[in-house]
Amino acid sequence: MATTIQLNKVEKRYGAHDVIRGIDLKIEPGAFTVFVGPSGCGKSTLLRMIAGLETITDGDLMIDGARMNDVAAAKRGIAMVFQSYALYPHMSVYKNLAFGLETAGYKRPEIDRRVRDAASTLQITDYLHRKPKALSGGQRQRVAIGRSIVRDPKIFLFDEPLSNLDAELRVQMRVEITKLHERLGNTMIYVTHDQVEAMTMADQIVVLRGGQVMQAGSPLKLYNEPENQFVAGFIGSPKMNFVPVSVADATGFNLDGQRIEAGRSLHSTAGTALTLGIRPEHIVVGDGEGQSLGDAQVELVEHLGGSTVLHVRPRFGAEPLTVVLPGQQPCRNGDRVSLRIDPARCHFFTPEGRAIRG
Amino acid sequence: MAACDAINDSETKKGPVPEGWLKRAIQRNGAGYMFLAPWLIGFFCLTLGPALISLYLSFTNFDLLTAPEFVGAQNYVRMATADPKFTAAIKVTLLYVALSVPLKLAFALAIAMVLNRGMRGLPVYRAIFYLPSLLGTSVAIAVLWRQLFASDGLVNAMLAMVGIEGPSWISNPNYSLYTLVVLSVWQFGSPMIIFLAGLRQIPTDMYEAASLDGASPTRQFLRITLPLLSPVIFFNFVIQTIEAFKAFTPAFVISGGSGGPINSTLFYTLYLYQEAFSYFRMGYASALAWVLVIIIAIFTAFSFLTTKYWVHYDD
Repeated sequence: MATTIQLNKVEKRYGAHDVIRGIDLKIEPGAFTVFVGPSGCGKSTLLRMIAGLETITDGDLMIDGARMNDVAAAKRGIAMVFQSYALYPHMSVYKNLAFGLETAGYKRPEIDRRVRDAASTLQITDYLHRKPKALSGGQRQRVAIGRSIVRDPKIFLFDEPLSNLDAELRVQMRVEITKLHERLGNTMIYVTHDQVEAMTMADQIVVLRGGQVMQAGSPLKLYNEPENQFVAGFIGSPKMNFVPVSVADATGFNLDGQRIEAGRSLHSTAGTALTLGIRPEHIVVGDGEGQSLGDAQVELVEHLGGSTVLHVRPRFGAEPLTVVLPGQQPCRNGDRVSLRIDPARCHFFTPEGRAIRG
Repeated sequence: MAACDAINDSETKKGPVPEGWLKRAIQRNGAGYMFLAPWLIGFFCLTLGPALISLYLSFTNFDLLTAPEFVGAQNYVRMATADPKFTAAIKVTLLYVALSVPLKLAFALAIAMVLNRGMRGLPVYRAIFYLPSLLGTSVAIAVLWRQLFASDGLVNAMLAMVGIEGPSWISNPNYSLYTLVVLSVWQFGSPMIIFLAGLRQIPTDMYEAASLDGASPTRQFLRITLPLLSPVIFFNFVIQTIEAFKAFTPAFVISGGSGGPINSTLFYTLYLYQEAFSYFRMGYASALAWVLVIIIAIFTAFSFLTTKYWVHYDD
């Protein structure tokens, strides 16, 4: 019963201002898709266009093959969880859950059954008589999700639903929403600016920037094979290090006057300026295999327990590099360390930001 | 050391009030009392003082010309048993309150909802709609109203254009009170501004959630707007009702101070005014004033008691 969503050259304009620019996207039935991107990239607007809360200026929104541009929000089979929860403060939790069903004309016994089922699923049965103001942030979030579940919609939309919760509760609710998706199997679209949420929850991540899709794919696809420098920098935490280099020959590049073997073709002529991208967790400190990047001075050490984050300043370049080492490392500020990289894990980007595939 | 102990003792021990405490208090907080003085003088001399004096006068037969003579509860007994004009004034005032307050609030809410739709030039419209409230209680507007609704006034002239012969709205006892009700409703600006502020406080995502649930605009209004606006409705309701009980100028101007025709516009305050300044029965007028205070107090208290059933406070 899961539903396919397809966007064909969808656009949104406010006067002369383009907010969404010709987005083509297919969301497979039952997929958990996450729209991610920086503030103002258009991810919430796109979600609201799918919901029917914003009109579509141009292009087509298809749900299960039917064009939905002009179909009222209530007729699209969609439920949405809002960032602010949008709970009715004057109604009890029970009434909040029942509101949509009452509106749809369900009989009272059916409403009661659905409300209690949803409450049981979300473990809020004990709070059904309470008003939202008497609930914690996490409980309110559950009620907001429950309100969408009771209607048994085809599609669930989540607009940054965890952004008002503290860090611990976010992790907990993240797991619960993922489990909920596994249990229900519905098509879900989730908007967030938190790439960790995107990586941990999504079947498919859609990275947006300036109203355009920068890349869509599975979390590991985006992590391992970013199509451009923006996606490479946005996906992964801490973010990828970028170092300006120049092409030395067909398979090598120059960094700080030293030729380093890239281990693959760079598809560029000698002397071309490129950007080397290397993730913090892919830089090795000390001797061993791989290509040397030379020495660097440790400027700051962050001990996270499970890993150690070093902020180091290499001989080359003005920007410091971030290095993530496994476990607890005996590093101190001011130490000198030698850096090595595995060329197979390096990314190269053209001056326009496009990734170069080997 | 001994000197310090002596000072501490005098500050901490509770004993007789030290000599010159008033002088010291004034020295310490003189500036504060200076700032408070205008309000305190106004309150004691112009509000509390006259109120207490009127309470005393309500038990006298004071006529402005001779010294007041204590008559016990005679004024109140007369009101309850032997004053048909008092009963007429109560009826007219209650009818006026019952008609004008709900109509004015409904009209104000309707206009506020229209203005809340994010239209261009909203501040201009807001100012235009508020204008009647600024002018409405003035004598000039009441005079204008009298001209509009006179038998040869503008309203009847417009009705004549579509072949309707309008009545004399002001001199016909069947219509005169309703003319004043219309004047009151026309002064909807003040509650409208407050409604508009209240409507702006309702998060739009609640309406969006309701629209995703398929709720019609009517259902959204009844189930979301009204409950969430109920504190504002309550505030406006109490304020406007008190104002309506105290209404005076329109009836005075339109009826020429008589409350006519046939007492149809004899507002309570107008009757009070007649007793005080036409018949110089200041003692009886004082009793009337205190009865009005009691009526308003009872009404307000009753309104507050009902809030738990229909007013939804978020906190």
